[in-house]
Amino acid sequence: MSLIYPRDSLKAHPPNASPDYKSTLKRAPSQPLILLPHTLSETTGPVFGHGCVADGDSDLTRQHAGEPLGERIIVTGRVMDEDGRPVPETLVEIWQANAAGRYIHVRDQHPAPLDPNFTGAGRALTDAEGRYRFVTVKPGAYPWRNHHNAWRPAHIHVSLFGPSFLSRIITQMYFPGDPLFAYDPIFQSVTDPAARERLVSRFDIGATEPEWALAYRFDIVLRGRQATPMEEPHEH
Amino acid sequence: MSIESGGADRPGGITPSQTVGPFFAYALTPRAYGGRELATELLASEGVPGERISIEGRVLDGDGAPVGDAMLELWQADAQGRHQPQGNAGFTGFGRAETTEEGRFRFETVRPGPVPGPGGTLQAPHLSLSIFARGVLLRLMTRIYFADDPANAADPVLALVPQARRETLIARREPGGGYRFDIRLQGEGETVFFEA
Repeated sequence: MSLIYPRDSLKAHPPNASPDYKSTLKRAPSQPLILLPHTLSETTGPVFGHGCVADGDSDLTRQHAGEPLGERIIVTGRVMDEDGRPVPETLVEIWQANAAGRYIHVRDQHPAPLDPNFTGAGRALTDAEGRYRFVTVKPGAYPWRNHHNAWRPAHIHVSLFGPSFLSRIITQMYFPGDPLFAYDPIFQSVTDPAARERLVSRFDIGATEPEWALAYRFDIVLRGRQATPMEEPHEH
Repeated sequence: MSIESGGADRPGGITPSQTVGPFFAYALTPRAYGGRELATELLASEGVPGERISIEGRVLDGDGAPVGDAMLELWQADAQGRHQPQGNAGFTGFGRAETTEEGRFRFETVRPGPVPGPGGTLQAPHLSLSIFARGVLLRLMTRIYFADDPANAADPVLALVPQARRETLIARREPGGGYRFDIRLQGEGETVFFEA
């Protein structure tokens, strides 16, 4: 089985030189990227199995003695390749601010309260159909110092490996209809409107739990597709 | 997004990347927070066949200032040149570390063997490196080669890099025996980054 990664897909990504996001100014490479052939070093990657995910890792509301404050939500979706095929048993790591918009990270100085019952980190493995599910609280928006009166729209950070070094991705999931989208240079760094829309979860009434939690659906499409098996090794 | 509940719908495209941001450590490199680490700076434990090596360096920005909030991930073949996606007897081939406030990192592993390349070529021993950081919207992808390896001269990937910039991909032996690999994100001596 040979994996083929169409290069055209890369157009969905934001350019690293996105000057409205000030932290890019001294961190974006100035030289052109060099095209790398897809060798075994790129088409393989680490696989993390059940041993990496403990019971309760996917429920961020049950990691402490009490329940965190905020609006309890379910975040669920499918991880797929570029042909829409499920990516089974792949690791999904998430982290986020609490309901007040404060991260537990030591360098977060936003004067909003920490929640002793919320860390904000979770892990899950996708099932055979590529599905994952987290229970958490809806993160709050928070201010940052990119420009005057800058606020990040509420978001959850999402990190995935997929089947190879090339499918590795870290992204952010947003919530539908956020009024801060228009003012956020990180969200807007994705210049293709259709690609940007793929960062926004959808409210999913079917996945809600009555009298308990609303649900948001965030499907994730990783690079790569499974090509037809070939008799001979095929080099690109 | 046009994908409804599963089924045969073909996705409209891949999910775009976003920055890892400054606050990932308690989830991705959570040692200081008492969290379980998925991977560490140790890619091969003692007793794994091969020559033990260390690789250390700094991540610097366009002003030469340390990048103290980057996450680095390494991926490599074992000493026989085989990638081990599931890990194998103390060898994972995958490492992950956060830079210190001074932008420093250090990995311990075994020297990888040569890996098959395009068109029947053989690639010189190398490690694949991803750099994630605040201000980096799409991970930066590079490779670490070893200064003392004669196979570098015939490496098909190094051959794609202009001669003047090739040395940015080469880890140097330090007097203590370890390898040194500094990463300059921008400007003078900028590290070569790849698109793949």
